Amino acid sequence: MQLKKLAPRRLWILAGYAAAAAALFSAPLFVGDFRLNLLAKFLAFAIVALGLDLIWGYTGILSLGHGIFFGLGAYAMAMYLKLEASGGKPPDFMGWSGLKELPLFWRPFESFGFAVAAGIAIPAVLALVLGYFTFRNRIRGVYFTILTQALVIITTTLLIGQQAYTGGTNGITGYSALLGFSLGSPDTKRALYWITAAALISIFVLCRFLTGSRFGKVLRAIRDGENRVRFIGYDPAIYQMVAFTISAAIAGIAGMLFVLHVGIISPSMLGIVPSIEMVLWVAIGGRGTLIGAALGAILMNWAKSEFSTAYPEGWTLFMGLLFVLVVVFMPKGVAGLAGQLNWRKKRREPRHEGVRNPAV
Amino acid sequence: MRKRLFYQFSLLLVAVGLVLAGCGNDEPASTNEATNAPADSANTGAPAEEGIKVGILHSQSGTMAISEVSVIDAELMAIEEINAAGGVLGKPIVPVLEDGASDWPTFAEKARKLISEDKVATVFGGWTSASRKAMKPVFEELNGLLWYPVQYEGLEASPNIFYTGATTNQQIVPSVTWLLENRGKKFYLLGSDYVFPRTANLIIKEQLKAEGGELVGEEYTPLGHTDYSTIISKIKEAKPDIVYNTLNGDSNVAFFKQLKDAGITAADMTTLSVSVAEEEIRGIGVDVLEGHLAAWNYYQTTDTPTNKTFVDNYKKKYGDDRVTADPIEAGYTAVYLWAAAVEKAGSTDVEKVKEAAKELEWEAPEGKVKIDGETQHLYKTVRIGEVQADGQFKELWNSGEAVKPDPYLKGYDWAASIQPTE
Repeated sequence: MQLKKLAPRRLWILAGYAAAAAALFSAPLFVGDFRLNLLAKFLAFAIVALGLDLIWGYTGILSLGHGIFFGLGAYAMAMYLKLEASGGKPPDFMGWSGLKELPLFWRPFESFGFAVAAGIAIPAVLALVLGYFTFRNRIRGVYFTILTQALVIITTTLLIGQQAYTGGTNGITGYSALLGFSLGSPDTKRALYWITAAALISIFVLCRFLTGSRFGKVLRAIRDGENRVRFIGYDPAIYQMVAFTISAAIAGIAGMLFVLHVGIISPSMLGIVPSIEMVLWVAIGGRGTLIGAALGAILMNWAKSEFSTAYPEGWTLFMGLLFVLVVVFMPKGVAGLAGQLNWRKKRREPRHEGVRNPAV
Repeated sequence: MRKRLFYQFSLLLVAVGLVLAGCGNDEPASTNEATNAPADSANTGAPAEEGIKVGILHSQSGTMAISEVSVIDAELMAIEEINAAGGVLGKPIVPVLEDGASDWPTFAEKARKLISEDKVATVFGGWTSASRKAMKPVFEELNGLLWYPVQYEGLEASPNIFYTGATTNQQIVPSVTWLLENRGKKFYLLGSDYVFPRTANLIIKEQLKAEGGELVGEEYTPLGHTDYSTIISKIKEAKPDIVYNTLNGDSNVAFFKQLKDAGITAADMTTLSVSVAEEEIRGIGVDVLEGHLAAWNYYQTTDTPTNKTFVDNYKKKYGDDRVTADPIEAGYTAVYLWAAAVEKAGSTDVEKVKEAAKELEWEAPEGKVKIDGETQHLYKTVRIGEVQADGQFKELWNSGEAVKPDPYLKGYDWAASIQPTE
């Protein structure tokens, strides 16, 4: 229908995506080991942002607890890596916490397959349970957001308190190898980078498919008028639960990749601040646009890294300034900038524009 | 309306760009100021090329900044002094500062950056055990060199780290023995809920069993916890002779204030803290701390010839209201030890420096220190101090000589059960 008229525009967009994907995959040719490692971490963050955008940008549910899902995935991978490093013996922190034997729930994590499955399934199940009790009882908006924050506090307190089992505030660090490949070798790092880039692209395509599908339309309908959707005969709770679960699973995948690149996971990465930061990436990139969310995560983290290197004493101020500027002048985020710039030419809302512009 | 918005936006963007560019220009200048590199090298405009780059990686933002910034000051002062005296190997030392932001993964990231991007010869950094644990694999992977300046829980000896703070047998273990001999047998352990207090208390509990002490209570509170009324009631009930305090940061303020409000003074009950130094006394307030004890290797009042000059220089540089403390001194010492090892090795190569550092001695402000080649920890003198009305410590006891570091407590039979499993 509209497709014909859109054709040139669509072509450009497709070409853009192809160029971006090509750039992503060829990055190891141009950047050094350290930068590649940083970029890989940013890509992992971009994956969380995609998941977050799915529920916030498209479904209108604000979760300030995605750090947990991210963290649970990360811990699952970290447990595997730690056991690989210690050769199946209890890891170092258990020793100094007075634990002599490997706890039962750690045992299955000796298997890489189990760790990966757990890294996706545990966040997903937790999200499903939380979603089941909240969405079905029509708890939404601010109340849901507060619940997610409470979940963050519970999880971090638990992780810190159970030092013998979780490594406490130190978290879990000191890995050596993944499936026998040394994590320190540049080849492994490059391979992990490619895996992350491939994961980002696949998840992007998956989200694209979801949002473009009938399912995605219902999600947007829920965002714009939950009661109307209910009156039409849909059960919004089911859709919200599914979207929230997918989003949590995506965050879990991102967490697993994060650990592989960064080499440490600690409760501070699951806390309130990182959880809010994740939402900020989406807001700044442009919520309701997938590419915006991904770009936002990459740009913000890149800026953070650069600013903190250039101005170690005052970089937090610059970050704050950047947030304020974006919120005030780019209400649709970075992805909305293009639309903002040639607003005259465009009367029609672009296909993937999710948010109504609050500034005008 | 929209057009105006866009116009404003572009204006602002330009403004921000200008600000950033301006700051960008300032930056090398401020680096030079910090290093105070010999004027000629600064003027040729490429000090980084000619000098030897070292990384300084502490938290300059976040909860730990308040403690770590003083250590940065001490390290920069040491670098400046060494540069004024001709640098190392005839070249000035050029510090590269990075912010660990009180966030452990950030410490790991920045450590990686300093070693692989900036190619620094060594890094001075870290405060919390968590930050050290996060950096350790990075230094081991890239074969870097880290100097860690804070007392810690031991049970570690990385080939890529030099530990210039005390390990447990140079602070906690002797202080418990001293308390058992001088203050009583009944111990109450109070700590923040993280790795250092938990490990420290694990060791103390074993030691109490072996040396005839009695444990009457053990309590952990989250970092930043401020309500100690329940715990103080518990303490009153348990009637310990000694509260062994491993609380960290703000919690100390709340605990000691509430202890005083509850009518318990140092005369009624001994408390010994291992994370309260001169800096913290300033924050907590002398009135509530007077008479309480601490165990360290260095106090501002420690009477050595080097210390007098160190304290004078520190105050001259950073202000009369500033105080020196154990980790500050350990950071300062670390820079000098590294410089001495580099001179001896004739190179900044990590392996050569490590080799040269073995059994290296230096007259530190805390007294003579020596690097133990085997563990890369320092021989240090243990000191127990009592807080005086002027916010300084009076030394009640010291070990007489520098104690050999024993991070794994191999010299103590009762510690057999707390060995690392890996």
